[in-house]
Amino acid sequence: MLTLDQATYDAIVAHAKRDHPDEACGIVAGPEGSDRPTRLVEMVNAAGSPTFYEFDSTELLDLYKQMWANDEEPVVVYHSHTATEAYPSRTDIGLASEPNAHYVLVSTREHGNNDGPVEFRSFRIVDGEVTEEEVVVVPELSPAG
Amino acid sequence: MSVEVRIPTILRTYTGGEKAVQADGATLSALIDDLEAKNPGIKDRLVDNGDLRRFVNIYVNDEDVRFLGGLEASLSDGDQVVVLPAVAGGAA
Repeated sequence: MLTLDQATYDAIVAHAKRDHPDEACGIVAGPEGSDRPTRLVEMVNAAGSPTFYEFDSTELLDLYKQMWANDEEPVVVYHSHTATEAYPSRTDIGLASEPNAHYVLVSTREHGNNDGPVEFRSFRIVDGEVTEEEVVVVPELSPAG
Repeated sequence: MSVEVRIPTILRTYTGGEKAVQADGATLSALIDDLEAKNPGIKDRLVDNGDLRRFVNIYVNDEDVRFLGGLEASLSDGDQVVVLPAVAGGAA
């Protein structure tokens, strides 16, 4: 199960809508081992593509150095699909490299840049195995511990 | 000489869970061979057909090795090497 606060959920959806028809991507970092997604980091899609995303390699290193300095890890790795369902593609599965992360997919195929509902789903991707999980959106994350 | 290599979560199965290991090598290629000798299986996750894998990033002192000559990038004592898988995917 992925538990997200409403503000982070809204920000991910807004990012996906803003970047449509290109894929949007980013992470939500949280304290290592906590499973609490607390710090949203929108990333630039260096591929600038409607069918592919990739973090820029220099920005990727900066991001991980920040997380290491804060004892954080990527709790959520998110990206959008802009013409297809919010389900991991073969590419997504093949390239998934964070076994502890929740992989969030947002599909903007219905409403694009406009208001309206999106598909918002979360998955675990480990060794090529995809497992969908429930997404629970709460007003605020409960205090740590 | 000795170089610290930062290992990403997904490759720590090869390093007994260690986040960072020491290895030797005057070039990245030699370093990876030394890593392989100490952590069998890891080389195949970094190198494919004699080239760095497309979706693995390796940095020497914060510089992407693709700008330093790739596998031929030279290393010095005390250098810091970071391995990070690309964060990538998409509908295609």
